[in-house]
Amino acid sequence: MATFKVNGFEKNLDIEPDMPLLWALRDELGMTGTKFGCGIASCGACTVHVNGRAVRSCTTPVSAVEGQDITTIEGLAAMAAGTNASVPNLTAVQQAWIDHQVPQCGYCQSGMIMATSALLASNPNPTDAEIDSNITNICRCGSYPRVRRAIRSLANA
Amino acid sequence: MKKISRRRFLITSALVGGGVLIGYSATRPSRHRLANTDLAQRGEHYVTSLLKIEADNTVTVYVPHSEMGQGVHTSLSMMAADELDADWELVKIEQAPAIDLFANGDIIKGFAREFGVPSFLEGLVSVSAIKVAELMNMQITGGSSSVRFTGEFGMRTAGAAARQMLIECAATRWGVTAEECTTQLSHVHHNASGRSLAYGELAADAALLEPPEDPVLKDPAQFTIMGKSISRVDIPAKVDGSANYGLDAKPAGMLYAAIRFAPVFGTKLVSVDAGDVLSRRGVKRIIELEDSVAVVADSYWRAREALKLLSSVFETSAKDTTSSADIYAGFERSLADENGSKVIEQGDTEAAMESAADVIEANYRVPYLAHAAMEPMNCTVHIHDDKVDVWTSTQDALGIKARVAKIAGVAEDDASFHHSYLGGGFGRRLPFNWNVIDHATLIAKEFEVPVKTVLSREDDMQQDYYRPAVASNFKAAFDGEGNVLAWHNRFTGPVQTPGASHIPYAIANQSIRVVDGDTHVPIAAWRSVDHSQQTFFTESFVDEIAHRAGKNPYQLRRELLQQHPRHRKVLEVAAEAAGYGQNLPEGHALGIAVQESFGSIVAEIAEVSIGSNNEPVVHKVTCAIDCGWAINPDTVEAQVESGIIFGLTAAMYGEITIENGRVAQNNFPDYEMVRMATSPEIDVHIVESGEALGGLGEPATPPIAAALTNAIYILTGQRVRELPIKNHDFSRINPIAQV
Repeated sequence: MATFKVNGFEKNLDIEPDMPLLWALRDELGMTGTKFGCGIASCGACTVHVNGRAVRSCTTPVSAVEGQDITTIEGLAAMAAGTNASVPNLTAVQQAWIDHQVPQCGYCQSGMIMATSALLASNPNPTDAEIDSNITNICRCGSYPRVRRAIRSLANA
Repeated sequence: MKKISRRRFLITSALVGGGVLIGYSATRPSRHRLANTDLAQRGEHYVTSLLKIEADNTVTVYVPHSEMGQGVHTSLSMMAADELDADWELVKIEQAPAIDLFANGDIIKGFAREFGVPSFLEGLVSVSAIKVAELMNMQITGGSSSVRFTGEFGMRTAGAAARQMLIECAATRWGVTAEECTTQLSHVHHNASGRSLAYGELAADAALLEPPEDPVLKDPAQFTIMGKSISRVDIPAKVDGSANYGLDAKPAGMLYAAIRFAPVFGTKLVSVDAGDVLSRRGVKRIIELEDSVAVVADSYWRAREALKLLSSVFETSAKDTTSSADIYAGFERSLADENGSKVIEQGDTEAAMESAADVIEANYRVPYLAHAAMEPMNCTVHIHDDKVDVWTSTQDALGIKARVAKIAGVAEDDASFHHSYLGGGFGRRLPFNWNVIDHATLIAKEFEVPVKTVLSREDDMQQDYYRPAVASNFKAAFDGEGNVLAWHNRFTGPVQTPGASHIPYAIANQSIRVVDGDTHVPIAAWRSVDHSQQTFFTESFVDEIAHRAGKNPYQLRRELLQQHPRHRKVLEVAAEAAGYGQNLPEGHALGIAVQESFGSIVAEIAEVSIGSNNEPVVHKVTCAIDCGWAINPDTVEAQVESGIIFGLTAAMYGEITIENGRVAQNNFPDYEMVRMATSPEIDVHIVESGEALGGLGEPATPPIAAALTNAIYILTGQRVRELPIKNHDFSRINPIAQV
């Protein structure tokens, strides 16, 4: 039995302890916002937050997140709002992604947004070098210039 | 703007509940073609719907193309809405369903009558040997064609026709002439009397009219929507996880298949030893196919883990020892032995070579490349009750539906396609790259529930249809003053994109021929198709010519482009914006390249230095693009940024090699990508020539490799004639003095 919280809700799953969190989210819980890209923690499409830290879920077995708090793209806004009565639809990062028209095919963007959100939570004003070393996700459409622009707009805010 | 006849076969149909549907008539309905009974009233016609105007004043635009990040849902709708003078706030955009009525081939076919088959389709037709007629029943998204064809000739015409009809209805109702009426924000106005009517109030009347045969389109000065940067409609769903891709399909009761293909292309499965795989949790069955074996389980991970434990034997083949070195050696033999087929023969190249004061030679080659779309290939199929449902991300929904129906043994009319966004296409999801589709259908035939077949990243990289490896040999002849007299080029085929190896430069004697380059490696279109290889070759060799002649590469290009003012213009705009000829930071150099592809002309200038680890660093790419004019300028810039980074990844790192007959690369570590840290600043300049609309998805990809290697030559004295750049050693540097 694997037990962890996803977007504030406790989940108890009768699954193997070595099943990666990615597949527990996608195939067991039907939460498909988190994407499968490479399966070896190289591309970052599967990035989620575990206790607020960006983690690549495709190589993280559910046994490693037992009892932990998971946030996925679907719950990002609600989790950021916490217990506030008014839950915004989008976080500032998600809004910046719209304002700067970042996504193209969009497949990698759940991971990009999760990685960026975790970076800005711990380092609200990252340098270019810090952006480069923290946001290592692959975007095959090449949205990188817009990702950088969106992050800078948030850092300056 | 060019004046061309827009006489089309637009027709209308009345909507159930009042309103009008406007689109193309299917001039010769296929045996599958049905009346648009879901939307239109009974007994109405074969409308290939583009637009719907309802009594509540909403306008719906049906987009018969796949959205893969190029913004086509938005830009096509902008074109229809602007000509209609619709209120953008009242415009709804829908993915056209995958039914014959929405085959976008009808639009292409209409224009093929006047202009011939568009060149982007020629390659597809010749490669696949299919008939144009069959192609026309597709719903294809490729060749950077959506805006150019469906948009320019379908959407704009339909919008303009609808507007004229709505005016006519209002004028009749008011007893005034059409000339006295104006339109704005989904209303017809009669300014003299102050009367106005919403489109929705006129739509039912409009349904009774025949559309005008040659609707008058707006002049650019009249545009209210086109030419503005409008937020893409697909983006909000892509920031909150709600956007659905093929891989996200989850029909009830679904099972999952993991598949192992024959590692050597074209070989067959011999035997399988399942061991105790079937006793593993969740595993349902093992399916043996002609060239592969699959494990079907109740989760993808369980299927994949079980497959790892299953042993299988594939037949041996003569290709089992083939390597990239053998393939290149075969290319060299073809280039040495064959006269090849004519691409261009003009003047007398042989005589020019013999009388030349100087001749240079250079041999180039590039490797196979995988598409590596971020969404791994997948297809979900449910065969039930003599029907089939299919969910997949594809660049041709209608073609895929027909393919699946055929393999499933179900009539096409009993097949349903479920659309989704594409997690990247780049040519991988075009028709004829069937391997996932076919296998998913064959596996699903064994079950009564839906089965989703998913290729792992490793499967996808090793079982792609690759951008062809190409070798290309050049010679150029000069007179005593350094003027270039002749251009001699022999390259390995096949030609997928006619014209990609042509040069725009005024060189009197040219001999360009293609020799056999067939191998056992499956190939397909890869973003910009032949242009990505050929532009690296030709724009590098032009640079070699300039340096040999002691001329500045930018000035030489300008001189040889006298007959091509649009090429010259983008070169000049890019050069000025990049500060070409001005002082650069110490250790930086600019490399330049220009290419026309898919109707757009693109100049790119790369600012490059050699970093502390002896690897090239691309600081900035300045791009000028003449795409005729821009529908949605921000989308144009996004596509240019995307195309440049895609081409940069290929130039820097891209390499699929063959060892023992099979692909050596597995996943991203050995097929590296440009990431944030290696992504340059990109400065895009749109040059609006007012000429016919050019494509945007592909044209920015071809020039970047040569722009980069031309800069590397100035920095290091090393001419990169083989990609990728990562294989070269730049530790010894002999910078070239710039002319």
